[in-house]
Amino acid sequence: MSDVNDTEVQETPVVVKTTLSITVDGRAHEAEPGQLLIDACEDAGSYVPRFCYHPRMEPVGMCRQCLVEVEGPRGPMMVVSCMTPVAEGQVARTETPSVKRAQEGVLELLLANHPLDCPVCDKGGECPLQDQAFSHGPGESRFVEEKRHYEKPIPISDLVFLDRERCILCDRCTRFADEVAGDPLISFTQRGNNTQVNTFPDEPFASYFSGNTVQICPVGALTAKPYRFKARPWDLEQRESTCTTCSVGCRTVIQSSRDELLRYQGSDSDAVNWGWLCDKGRFNFENVNSEDRLEQPLMRDGSNLVPSTWSQASAAVAEALKTGTTAILGGARGTNEDAFAWARLADALGIQMRDPQLSDGLPTEVFGLPSASIEEAANATTIIVIAPDLKEELPVLYLRLRDAAEKRRSRILEFTAVSTGLTKYSWKSVPTEPGLQASTVRNTLGEATVREQLGKGNVVVVVGRASLAESADHTVAALSAVLAEVPGAKVLPVVRRGNVRGAVAAGLGSNTNATEILTAAAAGKLDTLVLLGADPIADFPDTDLARRAISAVRNVISLDTFLTESTARASVVLPASAYGEKEGTTTNLEGRVTSVAQKVTARGTSRADWMVAVDIARRLNVDLGFDSVESIQRAMIATTVFAPMADGGANTREGVLIDQPAMSLPTVSATAGTHSSYDLRLVVSRRMYDQGASTAHSPSLVGLAQRNVLRVNSADLARIGVASGTSVRATSSKASVSVTVEADDSVGRGVAHLTFNAPGINAGDLIDVNASVNDIKVETL
Amino acid sequence: MSDNTTANYSLGGQVPTGPKILTSRWESADGHTYDGYVRTGGYTALRKALTTMSPAQVHDEVKASEMQGRGGAGFPAGTKWGFLPADVHPRYLVINGDESEPGTYKDRLLMEKDPHQLIEGIIIACYAFGAAQAFLYVRGEMALAQERLAQALNDAYANNLVGKRICGTDFSVDITLTWGAGAYIVGEETALIESLEGERGMPRLKPPFFPASKGLYMQPTIVNNVETLSNLPYIVNQGGTSFKDLGGATSSGMRIFAVSGHVNKPGVFEVPNGITTFRMLFEAPEYCGGVRSDRKVKAFIPGGASAMWFFDEHLDLPLDKPTVDQAGSMLGSGAIVVMDETTDMVKACWRVVRFFARESCGKCTPCREGTTWLERILHRILTGNGRREDLDLLFEVSESISPGLAWPPRQTTICPLGPSAVSPIASAVNRFRHEFEHYIEHGRAIAGVEYVPMHAGSSHGAHAHV
Ligand SMILES: Cc1cc2nc3c(=O)[nH]c(=O)nc-3n(C[C@H](O)[C@H](O)[C@H](O)COP(=O)(O)O)c2cc1C
Ligand code: SF4
Ligand code: SF4
Ligand code: SF4
Ligand code: FES
Repeated sequence: MSDVNDTEVQETPVVVKTTLSITVDGRAHEAEPGQLLIDACEDAGSYVPRFCYHPRMEPVGMCRQCLVEVEGPRGPMMVVSCMTPVAEGQVARTETPSVKRAQEGVLELLLANHPLDCPVCDKGGECPLQDQAFSHGPGESRFVEEKRHYEKPIPISDLVFLDRERCILCDRCTRFADEVAGDPLISFTQRGNNTQVNTFPDEPFASYFSGNTVQICPVGALTAKPYRFKARPWDLEQRESTCTTCSVGCRTVIQSSRDELLRYQGSDSDAVNWGWLCDKGRFNFENVNSEDRLEQPLMRDGSNLVPSTWSQASAAVAEALKTGTTAILGGARGTNEDAFAWARLADALGIQMRDPQLSDGLPTEVFGLPSASIEEAANATTIIVIAPDLKEELPVLYLRLRDAAEKRRSRILEFTAVSTGLTKYSWKSVPTEPGLQASTVRNTLGEATVREQLGKGNVVVVVGRASLAESADHTVAALSAVLAEVPGAKVLPVVRRGNVRGAVAAGLGSNTNATEILTAAAAGKLDTLVLLGADPIADFPDTDLARRAISAVRNVISLDTFLTESTARASVVLPASAYGEKEGTTTNLEGRVTSVAQKVTARGTSRADWMVAVDIARRLNVDLGFDSVESIQRAMIATTVFAPMADGGANTREGVLIDQPAMSLPTVSATAGTHSSYDLRLVVSRRMYDQGASTAHSPSLVGLAQRNVLRVNSADLARIGVASGTSVRATSSKASVSVTVEADDSVGRGVAHLTFNAPGINAGDLIDVNASVNDIKVETL
Repeated sequence: MSDNTTANYSLGGQVPTGPKILTSRWESADGHTYDGYVRTGGYTALRKALTTMSPAQVHDEVKASEMQGRGGAGFPAGTKWGFLPADVHPRYLVINGDESEPGTYKDRLLMEKDPHQLIEGIIIACYAFGAAQAFLYVRGEMALAQERLAQALNDAYANNLVGKRICGTDFSVDITLTWGAGAYIVGEETALIESLEGERGMPRLKPPFFPASKGLYMQPTIVNNVETLSNLPYIVNQGGTSFKDLGGATSSGMRIFAVSGHVNKPGVFEVPNGITTFRMLFEAPEYCGGVRSDRKVKAFIPGGASAMWFFDEHLDLPLDKPTVDQAGSMLGSGAIVVMDETTDMVKACWRVVRFFARESCGKCTPCREGTTWLERILHRILTGNGRREDLDLLFEVSESISPGLAWPPRQTTICPLGPSAVSPIASAVNRFRHEFEHYIEHGRAIAGVEYVPMHAGSSHGAHAHV
């Protein structure tokens, strides 16, 4: 990086005024060009009240609360500050009698029809309308007419309720749905005084991002099922943290009352999430509060797992680790500190085989390529996407890239076998067939129009494993093909679990990957398998191999928050504390380290993973030198990769980027023939809501996981002679299952799609993880 | 009140006259057909413009005509076209045929009775400022106008007067027809643009969304009224100065006014612009033929429901934009409503306010909440439940919509619809306060003010008198 600084220093400094001089309430202020007056006034120390303005959405100037006076050629003019750009020499006044009169007038009109709900309203205590009514309101209402009446709250989705009587029609929720989420499922209906927000008949507000509308609603009109009537704002305590549900790492504020997590709100990080969260990340804190959490260690007694104590359980684990061959799977759901402590323990014990991914991710070399940040990706001239459906798997990254395309900063060139959320925002979406991606990429990048586009500016490749039913080699080969054509392209690696990059950086990766570890286990070559928050039977692509491996290993040691099918076969199960119950840091897909905060006491006797590592080490007479999160962080800072964490950068909202050593891609021989004309090539991907623990143990979300169906292009169905909606037999090299088939033209020709870990048939049963691709035969029953 | 029933226009021929340039074909049975139009000189102006004039020359003629827009704001059309940023293309022409202000029904007749004249005007305008496409937006309820425009447009296409290489020249432009869905607010130009884009018809804030710079699909757009454009064939054929000479010093051309209410012959009349007075219009036999039953005029709305009301002292003002503006009201869309001395001013005021409350689009707080509040207070007064403080309250709420209750109105709202509901209140309560107080005291109207039915046939869709 230093050479970049050198060139900057050499540039002749030219003094150009880059700000605009304005006057706000008599005070001189320098404003940013392009800024809106409402923000400039706030920067200058004059906060202008507002309801409809939201800095992350297009201003609409609807509520009229932000009126200020601006000096014009014909004297002072009343303007809405949220739609007035700053200009050199502008003179604005926010507190003149006419401004006050206008603002009070608007407030009185907003309150005219507003119900007197404050004592029973979730927003009471944090409501801008209530606050402003108290500070500038007219006192007693002069509105003696009957107020507007609507049915009180109506569900507009499975998660959100709408009380139209409280709504002040600010257009924030509707704008968010349309402008930010791209799900315009709520809208104004009727007009004039009967204007109301509503869904379309029989079409719920089924958006993955619906919770954001609740957060940005300036009044208590929108409420979310998981929080309704749970607490009053003044009872809430909060800390800033990071969501680790997926690898985007959205910044959050976690709120609790009486030692119970109650609500997560998005926190606005310029670099990452712009204040937004997906509904899974927002609401799956419910799983932390679940009754089903593991609270104490369990040990095997014959065919049962029976409650035990930490000293007995830890002693048993230490004993198991002392001898024989051991492997560690997982570690990507914990903190950097957890991973670091376990990696040091593994080093001390000579445990070579480690993998934080479950053969559903990328080879770690990808992290050593010239890497792009989310910000760089969302500002690139061309974004090449060779990845799973980001809307399903990295939802807020989807929002950022969608925004890039919608605002015309970027063009998206997507390669996919099945249409994704980004398809309709793509400049070009190229259908691919599993196994043939690399050649499709090469051909496409050779096209004249594509070459021209790539030549227009910088290119970022967003790359990840689109399908669990094919070898990672195909993704690597496709990425190599891009890098061969566009050597300057930067890479944003899409990884599945929250802290894959942190776990790898901490040393939980190795030359032996999960497939190799489980294959060794199944062959009886492994004595002990440590599962750090990993459930291979549910998460490893090849369920059969995972089951055989878990059964064959003598000691399965599982550290987890819930009992899973994998832990159920363990000899020792240790209860892990969850997100919200422990301190530390996490590393997102960009390599950005931010903090995660403890807000509530850890459940039962559960412990953070790092504590478990330290305890086991002690029992084996190994001194890791760790006695606190800080002590681990000191050791981390001493490593090259985590060195940027020095000076507390990880505790800022934007965090710091780790210093990943450069690596080059492995050469792969990715060849897969075309499938036989009787077969369909299988694509298996994830959706947002599945049977994973965080959804399954969150009562508000569990019902949202959809049953698995086999989706096939209608032309292929016609060719096979099967009607949509009927049951068919799908046979792979591994298994044969009966499944409902559905015609779906978002699935490419020759391809069949199943969802991983969805209720209903288990796609993992059909996958042979060692096959380059998996084909299935579809027959009528 | 002065004695205003003794006007001496009892004989015809004493009012200023001019050629019929807009309504010339209204009486002809086939004026709306292609043949009827061409037979009476139709499409000669278009040929002339396209084959003998440059776009700039056409624009210059329109500037010279000093024609004020006829949609309400009265902004000179030639000047407006000049606001288009140079070299930004594509740019569009949007034709506002959404006419829905109470009492306004001139555009409907122009579209029903002379659709080709409008089409010819549209193509001339497109040629003058280089529009890539024209969008003609017709109010949803105007079935006959829609039918005739569609037929006329087909015929015009068939005769190479619209579409590709018009009249064999290099100039091509298409006209797209769109029907509204029945909302008054969509007549406001930015709401109309939203509606054209398939959005809910709600106005955009100006600035920044002045159509000439950021209009339809954020491209430069000219929005012109139907009547405005219908004048263009005349201007091209006869020259801008000749058009200008038809009107008064500060108002050029002929202009159509629609008169309704308590006159003997409500209807639409094409008159020399800026010369004719209100009294002439109401009383001359060529026009409305006097107030019904020779009653006195108690008040009249000079230019659409949003205008401040005028009274007998205004009868001799000419229908001239600057004059009427200066007298504290506006000519607006040219819709004049006459109320005679038997009119219940409280009820009249409530009726107009109710219109705006119902038609508020709901986008901004002061209008959405304020106009309905005003309507409900007035309704309460009318139904005998008024309170002493209600008249002050009416003004207080009005003040929140239109600070200072000034003219021209200032507004806390996005568009002028909200303040429109304030005009009738400011007019009626100030002038006829005693009538409101009587309602509040006694629960009923003052004596002599009652509902008098109009003579049959005239209260529904008044017809053209030409
Ligand atoms: C509430 C409101 C309603 C309007 N309705 C109409 C209408 O029905 N027809 C019309 O031509 N202009 C209407 N206007 C005026 C238009 O916004 C615009 O000024 C006009 O169409 C411009 O055409 P002109 O320049 O040819 O007059 C309305 C304006 C407002 C504020
Ligand atoms: S529900 Fe809330 S966010 Fe949506 S328009 Fe109403 S007040 Fe605004
Ligand atoms: S996108 Fe990922 S990190 Fe962000 S809220 Fe959703 S699950 Fe959490
Ligand atoms: S003033 Fe009324 S009609 Fe105009 S934008 Fe506001 S609510 Fe809509
Ligand atoms: S905040 Fe500016 S109008 Fe609502």
